[in-house]
Amino acid sequence: MPAPRGKRKGGFIRRRRVCRFCAEKIDYIDYKNVKLLESFIPERGKIIPRRISGTCAMHQRMLAEAVKRARNAAFLPYTTD
Amino acid sequence: MRTYELLFIVAPTETDETVEALIEQLRTVATERGSTVTKVDKMGRRRLAYPIRKSPTTFTDANYVVLTIEGSGVEIAELERRLRVSDAVIRYLTVRIDEDLKRAEKFKTKRQAKGRPAGTHRRGRGHASEAEVFTDAEDSSAAEEEEVS
Repeated sequence: MPAPRGKRKGGFIRRRRVCRFCAEKIDYIDYKNVKLLESFIPERGKIIPRRISGTCAMHQRMLAEAVKRARNAAFLPYTTD
Repeated sequence: MRTYELLFIVAPTETDETVEALIEQLRTVATERGSTVTKVDKMGRRRLAYPIRKSPTTFTDANYVVLTIEGSGVEIAELERRLRVSDAVIRYLTVRIDEDLKRAEKFKTKRQAKGRPAGTHRRGRGHASEAEVFTDAEDSSAAEEEEVS
């Protein structure tokens, strides 16, 4: 996963850590768990891309779905401007 | 038996009795159709992440209630209708969670069976074993994975 991605853009390789959810073995991401979700939406309210947060594909999908539900339920903002 | 999670947000101007009455009403509706309310979680008053407008007022905080319902699914339409009609409720969200819980259980039992593969947080080499875990999971639960995405 780290190196062979065409040309190397300096700086994006360091974040090759294991998925947080896989490491902790979390299988269901609850949309009501605001504390957990908050760490994946920085100030603007946007969902952090996978290559930055390091989560795996499966959990990123779960996470995105949970964030969207949370936004609907007014647990998380859609945007902060 | 399907498990649903029904979350609804009540205007902060409503009294606790109104909320209770509403919960009871929903409970009756559910039992009338042969399902059971297994859990009632009153999350209480919380600040909303963004103001919600329900004419003529705008709310900045509200009362959250979560019901966990087990049933066949026929009751959901009626429950949602009640919530939609109710003036006290400003938002609701129904989620079907039995599949998710089933999947979570499946992963858990799998992990226990395999004896904690790739649990430790290792750099570099850690990735190879992580990949293993995932291909296994995907192979056998391929059908469920597609449902999710």
